[in-house]
Amino acid sequence: MVDNNKAFHITINTLLIILSLGCLLPFILLLMSSFTEESVLVREGYSFIPRGFSLAAYKYIFSSSGKILRGYGVTILITVVGTALSIFLTLLMAYPLSRKELPGKNIISFFIFFTMLFNGGLVPSYMMWSGTFQIKDTIWALLVPGLLMNAFYVIMMRSYFSTNIPDVLVEAARIDGANEFKILFSVVLPMAVPMIATLALLIGLGYWNDWQNGLYYITSRTELYSIQNILNRMLQDAQFLTSGQAGSNAAELAKNLPSVGIKMAVAVVAILPIMVIYPSMQKYLVKGITIGAVKG
Amino acid sequence: MKNVEKSKNPPKKMKFGKSVKRFWPFYVMLAPGIIYLIINNYIPMLGLVIAFKKIDYRLGILKSPWVGLSNFEYLFKTSDAWVITRNTIGYNLIFIALGTVVAITVAILLNEIKGIRNKETYQTLVLIPYLISTVVVSYLVYAFLSTDSGFINNSILANLGVDTISWYTEKKYWPVILVIVYLWKSFGYSSIIYYATVIGIDGSLYEAAVVDGANRWHKIKDIILPSLKGTIITLTLMSVGRIFYSDFGLFYQVPMNSGPLLDVTNTIDTYVYRGLLQLNDVGRASAAGFYQSMVGFIVVLAANLLVRKIDKENALF
Repeated sequence: MVDNNKAFHITINTLLIILSLGCLLPFILLLMSSFTEESVLVREGYSFIPRGFSLAAYKYIFSSSGKILRGYGVTILITVVGTALSIFLTLLMAYPLSRKELPGKNIISFFIFFTMLFNGGLVPSYMMWSGTFQIKDTIWALLVPGLLMNAFYVIMMRSYFSTNIPDVLVEAARIDGANEFKILFSVVLPMAVPMIATLALLIGLGYWNDWQNGLYYITSRTELYSIQNILNRMLQDAQFLTSGQAGSNAAELAKNLPSVGIKMAVAVVAILPIMVIYPSMQKYLVKGITIGAVKG
Repeated sequence: MKNVEKSKNPPKKMKFGKSVKRFWPFYVMLAPGIIYLIINNYIPMLGLVIAFKKIDYRLGILKSPWVGLSNFEYLFKTSDAWVITRNTIGYNLIFIALGTVVAITVAILLNEIKGIRNKETYQTLVLIPYLISTVVVSYLVYAFLSTDSGFINNSILANLGVDTISWYTEKKYWPVILVIVYLWKSFGYSSIIYYATVIGIDGSLYEAAVVDGANRWHKIKDIILPSLKGTIITLTLMSVGRIFYSDFGLFYQVPMNSGPLLDVTNTIDTYVYRGLLQLNDVGRASAAGFYQSMVGFIVVLAANLLVRKIDKENALF
């Protein structure tokens, strides 16, 4: 029995180690490739154990090309501003809906919930944002469409308020003469920090990783590209070139095209902040995922 | 009766006045979010009518002429409608089936691991793919599959003495590649959800089972799997509700928008995007978008209705 147990635990550990390695290996390939000499990459391709170490790709990113650093700046800006705005809007929406006595609460809740069931899709949204709101090639395009408020997060926050903020506290503050805004920001908000951290993490991840808004709405002012859009564009150009559709532009394109290693280095730079922050935020992420699923 | 109602009216009005005084700050708080949802979500819902119009950008959406069902005729006359429907639903069904099996297996494995540290380490690692953007995923895939410098062609096939493969033009490999990429990116996320349910199982159930002489397999089959039923239903319902939608990035960016692969990578979402922004074929794009929104909506309602019949407490609404 004891031996059987030992064998069993070795087996499940082995399985999980294989799975974990499966998750990590692609990143290791990416990382190794970004540190490989260009000539080795051209000759031998991307490899886990590269034969020539080089920092050239990173030197290129941080010195000669302002474009990539700029994209990094854009990403940081939209992530910070977008997350802050989004959390602010979510709090403002969730707090009133968590008050049982609010007239019209159910209608408004349904109004929010319905956006999760039915939507107009890309064509009307695109026409509205680019036509009516003239959002194309502005920084707003990366901040506003789709990402600013998520019905699901409002519902999660509302449930958190309903179950974790005692009515007595809110009532007491009201009797003390505090207005509703004061109650929200000085009584309720401090008690909701874990939930705010969880949602901020999910929303921030959404902004950091978003590339679709840039793909749809940033077409000529490429200085507004986020790091994800730069990555997207680099791969598209490479594909365009190898597919032979480029024709007479090929030489021009090839000259500007980042080399094999630099592509991988930019991808590393794009995921680095996530990997650095992730271990300390893992707890909140797991919480967000599980609460979201249960409350769904 | 009318008289009674009339006589009731005055006090009600006073109450209304009072509640406005008391509740106006709440409505002020709600206003920005409601305005955003009207703009971001509700106006585009109304905008679905453009599927019945011939859009002329100079005239604007409202003044563009109505064309009845001709955009839909145009869409369904070609084989496109069939291909994008088949791909969208087909991949989703495979994703739901395999995704659930893998996620539950990993959740059970995590539960059997001894030691909190080990558990946490594995949880941390399996969630990493979930954190990165699809663009970065496409780089990871490219590092493996690139024809000239990819790991598989250069380090595996070359060493085996096998001919290299032009991955981005051979469509027969892509159904498998897309399923692997999808599972790789998402299994950690859903495993964590199932795992949360597994650790919530009452410990005394296991003890009772051990007393009854149950082995590990019985424990899984008779205790864990039945306890997961609710979670399985909820998550499957949510995925089935989205069966008419696909991850745009997975089907557009990961295959690098490669033309020869379209037959197996084109889904409703990629089709709408290409029609709208690359091929300037707004008619067909809006018809496909309308089709997606409507059928998608019906599917969500139907899935929910079904669950409400089987197991009321797991229904979404």
